[in-house]
Amino acid sequence: MTLATARPLVARLKFGFRARPRWGLSVAAGFLLLALLATLWPGLFAGADPLAADPLHVLEAPSAAHWFGTDQLGRDVFDRVVYGARHSLTIGVAATLIAVTAGVLLGVVAGLAHRLADEALSRSFDALSAFPLLLLALLFIAIAGPGTVSLVVAIGIATLPHYARVVRAQTFVVRQAGYVTQAVAFGASRPRLVLRHVLPNVLGPVPILAVIGLGEAILAAAGLSFLGMGPQPPSPEWGSMLSEGRGYLSIAWWASILPGTAVTLTVIALTVVGRDLQRRFEGRLR
Amino acid sequence: MTLLVAVLRRAVAGLVVLWAAATAAYLALLAAPGDTVDSIIGDGADTPLIRSQIVREWHLDRPAVVQYLDYLWRAAHGDLGRSYLLQRPVRDVIGEQVWPTLKLALCSALLGVLLALILAVLTRRPWARRVSSTVELVLVSTPPFLIGIVLLSVFSFRLGAFPVSGDRGFAALVLPAVTLALPIAGLLTQVLRDGLDRALEEPFAVTARARGLRESAVLVRHALRHALLPAVTLTGWLFGILLGGAVIIEQVFGRPGLGQVTLSAVTSKDMPVVLAVVVLSAAVYVLLNTAADLANLLVDPRLRRS
Repeated sequence: MTLATARPLVARLKFGFRARPRWGLSVAAGFLLLALLATLWPGLFAGADPLAADPLHVLEAPSAAHWFGTDQLGRDVFDRVVYGARHSLTIGVAATLIAVTAGVLLGVVAGLAHRLADEALSRSFDALSAFPLLLLALLFIAIAGPGTVSLVVAIGIATLPHYARVVRAQTFVVRQAGYVTQAVAFGASRPRLVLRHVLPNVLGPVPILAVIGLGEAILAAAGLSFLGMGPQPPSPEWGSMLSEGRGYLSIAWWASILPGTAVTLTVIALTVVGRDLQRRFEGRLR
Repeated sequence: MTLLVAVLRRAVAGLVVLWAAATAAYLALLAAPGDTVDSIIGDGADTPLIRSQIVREWHLDRPAVVQYLDYLWRAAHGDLGRSYLLQRPVRDVIGEQVWPTLKLALCSALLGVLLALILAVLTRRPWARRVSSTVELVLVSTPPFLIGIVLLSVFSFRLGAFPVSGDRGFAALVLPAVTLALPIAGLLTQVLRDGLDRALEEPFAVTARARGLRESAVLVRHALRHALLPAVTLTGWLFGILLGGAVIIEQVFGRPGLGQVTLSAVTSKDMPVVLAVVVLSAAVYVLLNTAADLANLLVDPRLRRS
């Protein structure tokens, strides 16, 4: 019986102190590096032109010549997936940058503001996050029209409350810290106080949130492009490739499933890296 | 008394968020470029006479503030306006299509929650937990349309077990519901497992074991209840995933429903319909969240203070 009661504690100790195998993390980080290279220099991995049609080799199965097969216009699916990284990843990164920048700014303002302004801002964050992400983005796209830019801004706005809330809470903690009180006592000006003392100290958890949020943004972007709201054909974007290939699913699974797998692998890699960062960050705090 | 105050506070907060959401959506509409009259005319005949008739008929000549208050007043009474495109009340347009989507969402939610419960309780052993965690990570990271397309490819095209598209009978519902349920199950399992881990370290779990209860009984009868509390908080989130997912899944499987309505309204700039769908979804989200809050208040007296 004593053994039974002690078990969870022992299990925890063993789990916590054993060096966990890191290969998963290495594979994930390696994959992200490859994705980054593909975004910057797609020519490293793929042939010349992702738009080159070849009517003689339409919907061919994966082979040595075409690793991922060819699509309905005879375009090489592997080339398109590699060039697609540029579209899909850039959209995700840009949307996350918008969300993080606006979220941090609004969060700090809310955290430092007087009660009424803080209340107003916090309620707007609540209102914004009451909309399902996809529908809020669709509302924005209905107003601004489909396309890459509206997609980026739409996802940026829709994911902003997430960062704003965390930064606001963090600001509350920081503004009561000793070093802030001391800086006030020494007569630091308000801009100096915010830029030198508050901002650097509230940013701690933001990069980790951003890594995990990037995965979410990429998923949302792929979903919206799948619905035809993002980059228009013939742009090789992963979500829209999937939607184009959907019509040929019965005879050519590779044209839709392989681009979709690229999305999945990227998001998995981001989540694995993000969770590892989170674990380290929390370890440092304890 | 404290309970009443706490309940009232939650209800008022919910109303405020709802009002803010409706206003934000309306502001977005005002900020939209392009002329409302153009959207209503669409491809129809465009003469000054018709234009002035439209302005009068849709009350576009009134000040923006009056239009906004009118919109709030009508929305509060369940009148969602009239579709530019179909020239019919939005309520009818949405009402006709809500059932297929609701059917899909409810089946997926049920299936997802069941799967999560089973997985979280059964995968307590280290190796099972590791396998399950990996599967969850893959499910959570996979776009729902990819899951749908893989299932379609395997079960409809290769095995011919289910219809490829449409909404005829129960068989057509199976694949879409499974598609939508899998990511939900993935995330809920993670939350439940976390809650179980925490609950099993609590003193009450030790007491239950000391009474001689079997580990499975401790798990199901004592720990699971505690693990469910944080999961209940996710109800609102779950709804958002279901609705957003349904829009995409309906497209993958060619099903009728709110998704089709929303997408065609977005592409044709039929703003009253888009606005109605978005504000309605926010309303349901707020309602569910408030209900979850109240449920937690009733279950957990510690929350009533402060």
